Amino acid sequence: MTIIETKNLTYTYPGGTKPSINGVSIKVKKGEFVLITGPSGCGKTTLCRCFNGLVPHFYQGELKGEITVAGMDPTTHETHAMAKSVGLVFQNPENQLFALSVEKDVAFGLENLGMPREEMRERVEWALKLTDIHDLRERSPHEVSGGQQQRVAIAAVLAMQPEIIVLDEPTSFLDPLSAEKIFEVIHELNKEHGITVVLVEHRLDLTAKYADHIIIMDEGKVCFDGNPREILNTEETRLIGVGIPKATLLYHILKKEGLKLGDVTPLSSEEMAKLLQEAFKIK
Amino acid sequence: MIEVENLHFRYPSGVEALKGVSLIIKKGEFVAIMGQNGAGKTTLVKHFNGLLKPSEGTVRVDGVETTKTSVAALSRNAGFVFQNPDHQLFSETVEEEISFALKNFGFDEETIEKRITWALNLLALAQYRKTSPFLLSGGERKRVALASVLAWNPETLILDEPTIGQDYQQKEKLRQFIVQMQTQGKTVVIVTHDVEFVAECNPRVLLMKDGGVVADGEGREILTTPEVLAQSSIVLPQIAQVFLKLESLGLPKDVIDVYEAKEIVLKNLEKRRK
Repeated sequence: MTIIETKNLTYTYPGGTKPSINGVSIKVKKGEFVLITGPSGCGKTTLCRCFNGLVPHFYQGELKGEITVAGMDPTTHETHAMAKSVGLVFQNPENQLFALSVEKDVAFGLENLGMPREEMRERVEWALKLTDIHDLRERSPHEVSGGQQQRVAIAAVLAMQPEIIVLDEPTSFLDPLSAEKIFEVIHELNKEHGITVVLVEHRLDLTAKYADHIIIMDEGKVCFDGNPREILNTEETRLIGVGIPKATLLYHILKKEGLKLGDVTPLSSEEMAKLLQEAFKIK
Repeated sequence: MIEVENLHFRYPSGVEALKGVSLIIKKGEFVAIMGQNGAGKTTLVKHFNGLLKPSEGTVRVDGVETTKTSVAALSRNAGFVFQNPDHQLFSETVEEEISFALKNFGFDEETIEKRITWALNLLALAQYRKTSPFLLSGGERKRVALASVLAWNPETLILDEPTIGQDYQQKEKLRQFIVQMQTQGKTVVIVTHDVEFVAECNPRVLLMKDGGVVADGEGREILTTPEVLAQSSIVLPQIAQVFLKLESLGLPKDVIDVYEAKEIVLKNLEKRRK
């Protein structure tokens, strides 16, 4: 079942001289883990802002084409109606946090849904634990570190348990181990609860292994769309500035040298190490 | 040269962010400071241009103690680019943003013009010269912040998480630029979580934990020692992860570069065939 669909979506910010996204047509299936990547300024963030109606409601400007998200049209549905189905974690957590305490920030969306107090408390506890910020609950979100703010922003969205979670470079300020833990949590929610995940990331080393679907954008357009193992297996992706995982790159280079390593492109160090172990066994 | 001696720093809240750091960064060195969130990395580098002053101990930049001079005087020599570009940008256009510091430092108009054009071209921002920084993407705003500091050509460059939001090509350009700075004898200090970027540059790595330095050495050595990295919440670069799992095949463990990895694999397979 398709949960996000755009047809020929084109949008220009007010005062912009050219469209930030230009003729974008994509389909995302319910329960997919989709990775959107591409050079900086390619339109990734703008596309995400369309999914919950921030574009055009908040940013104004002219949006052309069609878009359907969770059965709704974000251009005509109010943003607050979309928020129940689509949770967006911004690139810069400061744009998202405003309450006096971490706990209140995480509870805010639930309060607005009018959720009963007990249930709300459980949800907040759950989200604080998943993101490992239980100890920060009384702190002001503006006095914690950038990495911790990102966890708060993620917890606030997880607490809502939306059908779709859209995350725009959600762990850029986090140390690698913490980032990995957050991605594991998101992956688990995706696999076990069937939540559709749309993740914008440059760091494919950390994230490619989770994706069932990858969309690569350049200059406002979609240039690759499909299975990550097939797409990251092409030379062209690297040419436009996509940093394919180093393990995948090593696989390419060795194959070019004539080494037989199997036909399934590895996306992680585990997969690449296994292929090499086999290669060493044979000879 | 930056000399740090027994540096302690306490925030007004009472939190002790640095607990006796001593280190020397020589002129022309390229140093990456790594470590988990809250380890004190940003607090440490903010001492290098006088934004913070020691609670105890001393910090000397080119022989001058930071408590005995002004931030303005220090920042002429040590340019600082913040983690979050929105903490730094404020002008109406990209061009004004870059010219701001140049004007304050008293450069003449012709030089300012030249420097702006140079910085815009270097960071692929020329098309945005008259654009508001706030209309740009996160990655582009980060580059504007970088351009505004590079333009005044400081002797020491301090970059807090310079690769956030940057794609592969931009990172490669940044790497080449840092190499170029080094050949000019300039000092570059970066604070970063980006292990893949560090693996490609192979700088000196200072690993921090709980307000102290726990490891100091060549990137290749530190990034391939899992026990050391784990205590600072850093994961191994992907190539190092692959080789760690191949140890039983008799391959070396300290590999971080993908082309070196290729040579090692091919050579060892060749050996086995014989």
